Amino acid sequence: MRREPARGLVQHLPVIFPGLMLIVFFIVPFGTMVAVSFFRRQQGGFYVPDFVLANYARFLTPFFGNVLLFSLYLAIAVAVVALVIAVPFTYLIARSPRRTQVIWLVALLSILSLSEVIIGFAWSTLLSRTAGITNLLVWLGLMQAPQALVPGFGAVLTGMVYQAMPYAVLVLYPSMVRLDPTLTEAARTLGASPLKAFFTVVLPALRTTLIATLIMAFIFALGSYLLPQILGRPSHWTLSVLITDQALYQSNMPFAAAMAVFLVLVSLALVSLTMFAGKKLEA
Amino acid sequence: MERFLSRLYLALVGIFLAAPIVVVTGVSFNEKQNLAFPPQGFSFHWFAQIFTDPEWLRALIASVLLAVTSAALAVIIALPLAWFLWRRVAPWAQVFQLLGVAPFTLPPVITALGFLTFWATSGFYGQLWTAVIAHAIFFVTLPLVTLTLGFSSIDRSLTEAAATMGADDRTVFRTVVLPLILPYVVSGYAFAFVLSLNEYIVAYMTIGFVRETLPIKVFNALRYGYTPTMAAVSVLFVAVTAAVFGLITRFGDLPKLMGAMSSKD
Repeated sequence: MRREPARGLVQHLPVIFPGLMLIVFFIVPFGTMVAVSFFRRQQGGFYVPDFVLANYARFLTPFFGNVLLFSLYLAIAVAVVALVIAVPFTYLIARSPRRTQVIWLVALLSILSLSEVIIGFAWSTLLSRTAGITNLLVWLGLMQAPQALVPGFGAVLTGMVYQAMPYAVLVLYPSMVRLDPTLTEAARTLGASPLKAFFTVVLPALRTTLIATLIMAFIFALGSYLLPQILGRPSHWTLSVLITDQALYQSNMPFAAAMAVFLVLVSLALVSLTMFAGKKLEA
Repeated sequence: MERFLSRLYLALVGIFLAAPIVVVTGVSFNEKQNLAFPPQGFSFHWFAQIFTDPEWLRALIASVLLAVTSAALAVIIALPLAWFLWRRVAPWAQVFQLLGVAPFTLPPVITALGFLTFWATSGFYGQLWTAVIAHAIFFVTLPLVTLTLGFSSIDRSLTEAAATMGADDRTVFRTVVLPLILPYVVSGYAFAFVLSLNEYIVAYMTIGFVRETLPIKVFNALRYGYTPTMAAVSVLFVAVTAAVFGLITRFGDLPKLMGAMSSKD
């Protein structure tokens, strides 16, 4: 049965429900948020329809500039570390027998579905003084006394890499598993070491996927919101934390919405930049 | 040597991935109300508390209810759309596909805030069904992706044969397409279900001040310090997730769903 153009109302019926749902419950809320970002705040947590740029202007203070810079810096760090761990890992999994692959995939999906709350809780336990890994180091004689590694930047980074890693692996997996093994075999036959084959054949062949994964992990980390709060100090809070804080606790919806719109713009700019870079690399 | 190194690497990453789960599991079986690790004593007390303490139980029920219904709604949105895109030439309908993928690609706080303003403006804030819709839209990407993959793997000559034998569109769908697509429906549902069960921020901004789901309950309880019940909840969640994906593997082809090409070794 070939694909045919839809004719008449009856043939269009299947699209009507999904289309309506997406328009009413995605486009409209998104539009509402954009509209609210121009509204004027009223004391008491409400806002009145208006067109003011004050919410955006407030964003241009050094405080929020620093938060934005820190968010970007943290997201880049998370994306890079996650990718450095995930690439060899995914490559090794993709090379293993199907059964082994399945076990790893189930494990990764289970971790992927862990809620941020749970990941934060687990790492704050792991890095705590009373129940953490430093106890293990003391027991091994590598350390004098158990130490608290949380809250701190290292803890935030660890938790977020932990969260982003499974995503990165699952994005890399299809390309890795479809990669023609004869490519590396040819390199090996010509005398390249496994590591050299990996760096000169595998990585260049996958550069578009690698960039896509990096960006995906970056945007993912940019959206992380609970881990900086659970594992970090207020100085480690990201834009997502501030947005939530403004929306829920400061009751300043217009300002929260303005920050959210800004975050969307940054995300979109990065996505299109990657697509552009990817096209250039392919050409 | 090479083999040893790659095994070592896999083991190290494995330890990194497993470490939080091991610690949390240990803590959840701890006898006393503290987070000692390695655990002191052994008790199911904290697991029992999830089901006996009315507050934890209410949160558990809200979470399960939300996950079951929102995943179903996500599939109901995704299935006709994916079918239509497979069956018809419709460039304009691809806009909807893009819309279906968008909520999941943006930082979740955006979708969450969108729903907060939307429900607050429309005056429905705090009802459980608003969270059902919010989660269905937020996670519609997952069934949409698995179903698109499923439809693309259907051999069109099968449906063509059925059509030649005189079956109309509906009969073809019921007798040929649906049986072939069913595993993808199930896995799309499972993905949405599991992620909804664990989702925090969209649920929090949609119903958080009125109702608690388990992740919201855990986060709210954090303010009063850690209790082993949180660890027990985490263990329960990991177990449910592993079971769900284990079942998908049992009845479907997980590597293929995750993007591997053939089902052969």
